Amino acid sequence: MQSTIANGRSQAAVLSTNKLIRNTYMLLSMTLLFSAVTATASVLLRMPPMTYLLSIGGAFLLMWLVLPRTANSGAGLGVVFAITGLLGFALGPMLNMYLSLPNGPQIVATALGGTGVIFLGLSGYALTTKRDFSFLGGFLFVGLLVVLGAALLNIFFAVPALSLALSAAIVMLMSGFILYDTSRMVNGGIDNYLIATVQLYMNIFNLFISLLHLLGFASDD
Amino acid sequence: MDMWMKVGSALLLGAMIVMLAPRAMQMMKESKAAEAGDWPSFILPLLAVGCFVALLMAMV
Repeated sequence: MQSTIANGRSQAAVLSTNKLIRNTYMLLSMTLLFSAVTATASVLLRMPPMTYLLSIGGAFLLMWLVLPRTANSGAGLGVVFAITGLLGFALGPMLNMYLSLPNGPQIVATALGGTGVIFLGLSGYALTTKRDFSFLGGFLFVGLLVVLGAALLNIFFAVPALSLALSAAIVMLMSGFILYDTSRMVNGGIDNYLIATVQLYMNIFNLFISLLHLLGFASDD
Repeated sequence: MDMWMKVGSALLLGAMIVMLAPRAMQMMKESKAAEAGDWPSFILPLLAVGCFVALLMAMV
């Protein structure tokens, strides 16, 4: 009797985790497509550089102030699309800058493909090994704070080597966050697919921008 | 980068640090300790990512 109850609970937990993973990846693919649409619009409209700051600022305000209050309601879905739409729109000025380089389209396509390969590879690894990566939490968050602090200083000192090192560090940190966030979904650290989607989306977004920066540097243009 | 972009970027990054710092402290206290084999299982895929990025950089 006890084992039946235990099996029943375990089965319910597995079903719930599978549902969370399915919903998260479905919403993630929809938001990525939506971002691609808003990014294309931003590129075609040739939005000025300030668009990047304003859109990201708006997206972060929604993420910090609105999403936590709406994550358990239907309105949360709209908030997730607003956040990802704004972040996609923010990419316009940066993409225009890279696309104007002689081999710009190749750089952008390589960054896009590379981001996809890294995300799918690491997600597949975290999902199949089912290893618990929650021990990484403190390390990743402190690493992120250090990188943000160094990026803040580099705005005013503008050291190109530091900028490059920061991009490389962000690629590594976001790779760690992909493992950490995916593992949290599998091992029950998170139970809301809207939050999980935004976290994974942010990992992909930052990974893409940093990869674009590294590839732009490597192309000598 | 013009001055307004610099000021705006600095404000945004400063806000991110302020929002993330309490969470980082909390994560430092609450993260479970790594078990045997945990760090290699994290470092190996990261090395693979590093090699892949180096390959992409050599390709462009």
